[in-house]
Amino acid sequence: MAQEMTMSNTDSASRGVSIRLWRKHSAYVGVIPFLILVSIFLLWPTYSVVSGAFQDSTGKFSLSVLKSVIKNPAHLTAFRHSLQVSAITSVIGSVIGALFAWAIATGKKDGILRRISLSASGVLAQFGGVMLTFAFLATFGFNGLVTSFFLKFAPHSFFGHPTWLYSITGLCIVYSFFQIPLMFIVFLPTVDNLKPQWREASDGLGGSTLEYWRRIGIPVMTPSFLGSFLLLFANAFSAYATAASLISQGSIITPLGISTALSSETGSNNPALAKALSLGMVLVVVFVMTLYTLLRRKVSKWEQ
Amino acid sequence: MKLKKLSGSVTALVLAVGMTGSAFVATTAQGAVKASAATSAADFGGMKGLVAACQKEGALNIIADPHDWANYGEIITGFKKAYKVKINEANPNGSSQDEINAANQLKGTSRAPDVFDLGQAVLYANMDMLSPYKVANWASIPASFKAPNGLYTKDYGGIMAVGYDSSLGTVTKLDDLLGAAFAGKVALNGDPTKANAGLNGVRMVALANGGTAGDLTAGVDWFKKLAAAGNFINVDPSPATIASGQTPVVFDWDYNQAAIVAKFAAGGKKWNVFAPAGALVGAYYNQAIDLYAPHPACARLWMEYVFSPAGQNAWLKGGSRPVLLDWMVKNGTVNKTALAALPALKGAPVIATPAQDKQASDYLAANWAAAVGTR
Repeated sequence: MAQEMTMSNTDSASRGVSIRLWRKHSAYVGVIPFLILVSIFLLWPTYSVVSGAFQDSTGKFSLSVLKSVIKNPAHLTAFRHSLQVSAITSVIGSVIGALFAWAIATGKKDGILRRISLSASGVLAQFGGVMLTFAFLATFGFNGLVTSFFLKFAPHSFFGHPTWLYSITGLCIVYSFFQIPLMFIVFLPTVDNLKPQWREASDGLGGSTLEYWRRIGIPVMTPSFLGSFLLLFANAFSAYATAASLISQGSIITPLGISTALSSETGSNNPALAKALSLGMVLVVVFVMTLYTLLRRKVSKWEQ
Repeated sequence: MKLKKLSGSVTALVLAVGMTGSAFVATTAQGAVKASAATSAADFGGMKGLVAACQKEGALNIIADPHDWANYGEIITGFKKAYKVKINEANPNGSSQDEINAANQLKGTSRAPDVFDLGQAVLYANMDMLSPYKVANWASIPASFKAPNGLYTKDYGGIMAVGYDSSLGTVTKLDDLLGAAFAGKVALNGDPTKANAGLNGVRMVALANGGTAGDLTAGVDWFKKLAAAGNFINVDPSPATIASGQTPVVFDWDYNQAAIVAKFAAGGKKWNVFAPAGALVGAYYNQAIDLYAPHPACARLWMEYVFSPAGQNAWLKGGSRPVLLDWMVKNGTVNKTALAALPALKGAPVIATPAQDKQASDYLAANWAAAVGTR
């Protein structure tokens, strides 16, 4: 057909080719708005951060800013804190969230408890920031409800003297309140996908409960569990507003250090430093998300 | 884009001149220059011309001017009432650096800030972003409080002080705050690596403990002790946290505490303000005009208002020391009640030089977080 057309009319032939090209690639046209969005809000800022981290204040290539980050123990401690808070809250979140998901999955598929848990988690997973901080301040802050109660009856107790709330410990506890619901949401489908037939097959072949979990349940869920863990890690690592509204002194985690470098009015203002600190965070997130993508490939095999 | 910077009254003329191909666009019929180049009210043909030019622009953009900071609320409503011009307020709790960042990011748009209220460090680092202007009372402002070319004018100042709820006891020296009665109660207004008030709080403690305006080691060490005692808290104090009792002891400018004193008195309580002997730390905030102000005439009118007796008395009522105070006392325009309420200074306050600010800021950047933030 194509040959015929070529011989009879080159014009319509080229039109035929372009039509075929169009048919083949037209699906990509729909992606263009998305690509534009990603370029503006992800690629361009990332480029500006990465290139900015290697420039001095005059815009020339230089490693001086990165060196100053490595030399300043305050930045290193903040970075370590960021990693710590993310790791601790992802462990807490993923373990408790997974157990919670398992408990709900064994219940009725369209039961009221499941529906309430799902919608509540949907809200709570996005509850981080000033609102969450406020909830904690009103409860455990220096004149919070619980604090006032303990001050009356047990003034020297943990709750009567809540300096812990404004420290790394406090951040870990507060972050858990959005990490656990997030884990529940992302992990519930995996637990739902454990087919009863697998359990029946295991039982039919004489396997015990322990053997079922050791050889089937846990291996099947592991990639998805680790993937969710990494998602939680990145989520906590990039959180800013919660910590900013809770802790005003000492730039305890890297995002707060970046904020200081951007808006200090006392002479510590240094956009290049902010970019160097951001570069460290970008590298960690890229590493975590690469692992996450690799794991997702494994997971999707099971979920088909 | 360029037209936006011109006041409406001259736009048509500029267009006309532009079309004839002339490069000279400076004057109108009344002999006024374009608003963004005006350096005094005379360039508008007097205050009437300036007011008219601003009213044509119709709006003023201010940034980082909270109503409860040094009585800004009264200045803002006073300006609106006097000239019937809309004021757009952006990012009230921002820092001086946030003001500069916004000016850079919004340059050329109608949302860019028109006027700045800047602390010393940010001011000196960004002199190339300011438009010179001399207010009507320029000659009466002491020489050390203004840039000779009019780029900035120091406006209102105060001294650093500890304010506290008197029910906690009486503070006669800073070390009293290390006691058990103040467990989990002492807050500093802002991280000193980020906010001027915070930095000067540390500076005051340093001076009281044998340090200097540049060497804050003694101040940081003292806050380290305060944190170790469990008395220092990470909460950023505001009138709201003070009212709710979260931050019953606050290191902040005395002018930010005048309103709290009144509020406490109205509620039958007492808010005491204490400045340690021999450690008076003073600082002035500076008014300046954004070089790329989208409303250049209103920006200039704002300057005139702030440095008029109405504006200066508003600062005084808020408990700060306006730059034209002596002049107002002399010519009788001063608000006598407010003047009587201003606490007398016991000695001359230390005002840091830019070099001392730099030394302090570098030391804090390296040592503050370790002293109080990492636990």
